[in-house]
Amino acid sequence: MAEAQPIVPPLVITPEREGSRPIVQVLHDWIVTVDHKRLGIMYFCYGILALVIGGIEASIMRAQLAVANNHLVSPETFNQMFTMHGTTMIFFAAMPIVFGIANYLTPLMIGARDMAFPRLNAWGFWMTALGGIILYFSFVGGFGLYGAGSAPDVGWFAYAPLTSPAFSVGHSTDYWTIGLLISGFGSIATGLNIMTTVLCMRGPGMKLGRMPMLVWLNSVMAFLVLVAIGPLTAAQLMLLIDRYLGGHFFDTQAGGSAVIWMHFFWIFGHPEVYILVLPAFGILSEVIPVFSRKPIFGYNIMVAATIAIGFISLSVWAHHMFTVGMTSYANAFFVASTAAIAVPTGIKIFNWIGTMWGGKITFTTPMLFSVAAVAQMLIAGLTGIMLASAPFDWQLGNSYFVIAHFHYVILGVIVFGVFAASYYWYPKVTGRMMSETLGKCHFWLFLIGFHVTFDFMHVPGLLGMPRRIYTYEASRGWEGWNLIVSIGVIFQALGVLFWVFNVLKSYFKGKIAGNDPWDAWTLEWSTTSPPPDYNYAELPVVRSRRPLWDLKHPEDPDWKYE
Amino acid sequence: MYPRSANCESNSSMPCEGRARRSSRQVARLALLFLACGSSAAAATFGPSPVPSLFSPDSTPAHDIYHLSLFVLAICLAIFIVVFSLIVYAVVKFRRRDQDDGHEPPQIYGSNQVELAWTVIPILIVVVLFLAAARVIHAIEDATFPPDAIEVTATGHQFWWEFQYPAYGFVTANELHAPIDKPMHITLLSADTDHSFWVPQLAGKTDLIPNRRNEMWIEPHALGHYVGQCAQYCGIQHAKMLLNVMVDSQADFQKWVQDQEAPAVTSEQVAAGRKVFEANACMNCHTIAGTPLANGRFGPDLTHLMSRTTIAAGAAPNTEENLTLWIKGPDAIKPGCLMPAMQLDDQDVKSLVAYLMSLH
Repeated sequence: MAEAQPIVPPLVITPEREGSRPIVQVLHDWIVTVDHKRLGIMYFCYGILALVIGGIEASIMRAQLAVANNHLVSPETFNQMFTMHGTTMIFFAAMPIVFGIANYLTPLMIGARDMAFPRLNAWGFWMTALGGIILYFSFVGGFGLYGAGSAPDVGWFAYAPLTSPAFSVGHSTDYWTIGLLISGFGSIATGLNIMTTVLCMRGPGMKLGRMPMLVWLNSVMAFLVLVAIGPLTAAQLMLLIDRYLGGHFFDTQAGGSAVIWMHFFWIFGHPEVYILVLPAFGILSEVIPVFSRKPIFGYNIMVAATIAIGFISLSVWAHHMFTVGMTSYANAFFVASTAAIAVPTGIKIFNWIGTMWGGKITFTTPMLFSVAAVAQMLIAGLTGIMLASAPFDWQLGNSYFVIAHFHYVILGVIVFGVFAASYYWYPKVTGRMMSETLGKCHFWLFLIGFHVTFDFMHVPGLLGMPRRIYTYEASRGWEGWNLIVSIGVIFQALGVLFWVFNVLKSYFKGKIAGNDPWDAWTLEWSTTSPPPDYNYAELPVVRSRRPLWDLKHPEDPDWKYE
Repeated sequence: MYPRSANCESNSSMPCEGRARRSSRQVARLALLFLACGSSAAAATFGPSPVPSLFSPDSTPAHDIYHLSLFVLAICLAIFIVVFSLIVYAVVKFRRRDQDDGHEPPQIYGSNQVELAWTVIPILIVVVLFLAAARVIHAIEDATFPPDAIEVTATGHQFWWEFQYPAYGFVTANELHAPIDKPMHITLLSADTDHSFWVPQLAGKTDLIPNRRNEMWIEPHALGHYVGQCAQYCGIQHAKMLLNVMVDSQADFQKWVQDQEAPAVTSEQVAAGRKVFEANACMNCHTIAGTPLANGRFGPDLTHLMSRTTIAAGAAPNTEENLTLWIKGPDAIKPGCLMPAMQLDDQDVKSLVAYLMSLH
């Protein structure tokens, strides 16, 4: 099979844009679609909408904390804002965005015509969408629009017994529980689908060892989704039983355990971080080679490191619980496992540097975002090492240092990676290039805003400022730092505005991209931009990890060296 | 006794002497620390500060953590300098030049030797970090205490702290007194939701969890007023569940204990206020030892209310006008707290405040 003819030469025609058809019919097509590309776009747009909403919630918090003893919002509203911000960003922004990218690209990259279960795919998206709608209905449900309705105010990890009926009266916690329960079903469906697609739908010659890095990282991500969402779903069901059927799993007033909730939540919650960051690593592993003009350095090691991260990430959850009074042996175990995950993560950073080493680096917008993400992953990893040291965590845990640390991961790596992906694959999705000038404005504004906010956010944590406080006293010495942190938000918001404007403008006015604007090497660039419904008229035959390199360099193909 | 805190905590519009200077000193200390974090610092005391920095420890467990943190910071800083330099070098050196010939660079697929190096070296660093952490975990968690260590039971409530001294048999609230240079063993309980006891200069935080008995200890080495606060989100007024720890000399501590052990003394002049207290719901929630009626446990023990510098878990200085404001409408100071507005007329409030102010 591998000796068969190379990839079918790309088609030259670009499919026509929709537009002449009635709007109702176009909408209908999107709603009933089971096409992985359309679902990918829908996931992505849904996630971006949630990202903007979550960003507004963060801005309200930053406005409140900019000065000491501020009375801009009430404590109730502030507590609702941080709960909704965390829940929105993790479950309805980050996860849909990485699912969107995985959905769009996985079949294209492995030479398949769709996901393994197209209908399950659509079901997963609509469950996720429904979960978010239920969560946000809390703003108007219950007590109406006064204040913030009955939006949940228990924090995004909703520690028991704050969620028990005694301490959370009304329905705010129910919106949170049911919203996450339902979106969790959608996530499990999508995880299953990605996993099956990767295992069963690869095109001719696409062995596991020839898959693009992004596909590898997405399949480990999907595995983690399957393993990790289950405990969260179970915990949500137990909480519902507590709240409505008189159960006492977490009801401490009747002998339940608050600590069990923490274990359930974090055995989901820590792999969740890797569910989000692995796809970002995958994006970096696609973008950096193309703009360095070299193959990824140490492909086998990169894959091994990914799998190692997947497994180790299942054994580190209780580092979120160093302060709950575990025994010294348990604490020591989780120090060891948490520090151990730094090894494969470090290998990844070194391999990205190795990929750039000796290359010819072009600083397009996606590459700028990727390089920044690598440097920021380094810093996030190092603050992670500090937090992994349990005694140090007894001081740093639940302080603003932790907030700064995980925002470094989530913004500095995941969101930077997502922006890189948006510039890199936008031409494939729409057929047009995004503006490089606007892109660079976006990059620098966002980079400055990110560092002003999150570099300085470490400091109040070191000065003893705990998270989730709606106000603080001037005498604590946190005020100036918090003001700087809040100012950074303005730059980030401006950067995102540039990006949104760029996305919209380029859709109509952008330069025509052609099939392969970046001179890239993975399969998706061999088909048209945007790809036809069936992706490939004839399934491409793959002989190496860089099928388009082989096509462009028949005198020196990769498969000779692998 | 501790006038500075009352000044500083009163409100934001009041100028607070010394804050700016102390705050900039903190920054200077932080900067110094990052520069010189390789050297092992002497076990000097830093003294209490209104800025509860992790880098000015004044108690044995906080000191242990501080030294570990300097070690970890030094390693992280070294890694950062090496790897960040590599990134910058790669990005600058290998950028595409203007006079590029258009050829692809040499295609390098990897190198097992290099991979081995950057796998083994991090593993060694991780082992070192683990051993350093394990040593401090053992030193703090598995510490044994001399028989004369002070025992305290701290119970977290929404949104205040209850401190029992079982050896002496009294209960107080929100302000913990500890003698200098003596271990104090604190048992941590919760009456409702999760809380966390965090006074950074004295020790790392430990959670107070319902249905669970946690413990921690401090051994302060400098006199004065240390600040901290609840570090586990516990509900609407989590932000104003502040902690004040007063480290006293042995003699001052003994005197304080004697004062606290004594029951409340009510003079005839404030009998009207006492009657208001005992005829209203106040007595359902608050104890005033020595009176037969007031023995509620839901709110803070008020037996020696005036020995404390603040009310409402540090939310306001303990003054006559704040007590009046608090009784009339606690939401003015701490919106959402569990103390109800008492709906008393002005005369009753006045006599009640007079009574409370007699509880020394």
